[in-house]
Amino acid sequence: MKQHRFLFSGRIWGSVVLGLLALAAPLVAQQPALDGFVPMDQLAQREVLPATPLVFYAYSFVWLALIGYVFTIWRRLARVEQDLAAVQRRLKEGAGER
Amino acid sequence: MQSRSNLVPVFLSLAAVMFAVSPFLIDAAPYEATMGLVQRIFYYHVPSAMVMFASAFVCGIASVVYLVKRSSTADAVALAAAELVVVFGLIVLVTGPLWGIKAWGVWWQWDARLTSSLVLWLIFVSYLLLRRFAGAGSEMLAAAVGVFGMANVPFVYWSVNVWRTIHPTTNVVKSLPPEMGLPFYWCAGAFACLYVGVLLTRLRLEESRMALEAAYAEVED
Repeated sequence: MKQHRFLFSGRIWGSVVLGLLALAAPLVAQQPALDGFVPMDQLAQREVLPATPLVFYAYSFVWLALIGYVFTIWRRLARVEQDLAAVQRRLKEGAGER
Repeated sequence: MQSRSNLVPVFLSLAAVMFAVSPFLIDAAPYEATMGLVQRIFYYHVPSAMVMFASAFVCGIASVVYLVKRSSTADAVALAAAELVVVFGLIVLVTGPLWGIKAWGVWWQWDARLTSSLVLWLIFVSYLLLRRFAGAGSEMLAAAVGVFGMANVPFVYWSVNVWRTIHPTTNVVKSLPPEMGLPFYWCAGAFACLYVGVLLTRLRLEESRMALEAAYAEVED
């Protein structure tokens, strides 16, 4: 009977400890209390990184990359078609001589 | 070939008009709650990625056709599409970190989405290097690389849903509110029109190059 009571009280103590741990967990996870406010301009550079230049660089890069690529295709195409026309002219001239 | 050439100005003009209107639509869209202004990179970043994936599929399918039928047109399509994967992939890989430095506080993170995107881009860079420097017969090897690159696309797409990553999931696009959805789908349309126009032009360049090689061979004979 005594042993039974001991087991019973052990279960109660276990539940109490688990309950306290469950209550303590959010307290441990909480941020420490603020001792004072920090002005925005005193933050590290990365934390106040402005978004406008990043958006500007991103859009500029897209436009420049696409315009640059289309320009290179246009130049390559013009050169190849010019060479092709010249070779076809030579072929025609050669056929005419024969 | 002539009918294809007629389509090029149509697609490029449509893309030009849509790109010219896009800044106004993007400007009218509301700021995202947590990221603010920098989230607007999304409107060009994601359509570039969509075009990159589509181009990888075009390259992969054309490579399969080339491996089966030895069609020179399929080979030209694969080469043109691979070049476009590299161009649009470069846009994705540059605009992403510009967004990430503000949103995440880091330029780059070796997580599943970012790393697999870089690997996909490198596969297509290797395709172009093979075509440029591997000499005669490199078409077969490059076609196999193209198929491998295409097979990589689903892994890149679903990586954000399967693995833990700091990159937003694919649900973001599906759940866009209408005022953000309009500029996004508009930009996606602009990128798609540009892609078709540029792909057809690049294809014409490749066909002209093949015709030139054939003409040189005829002259030598």
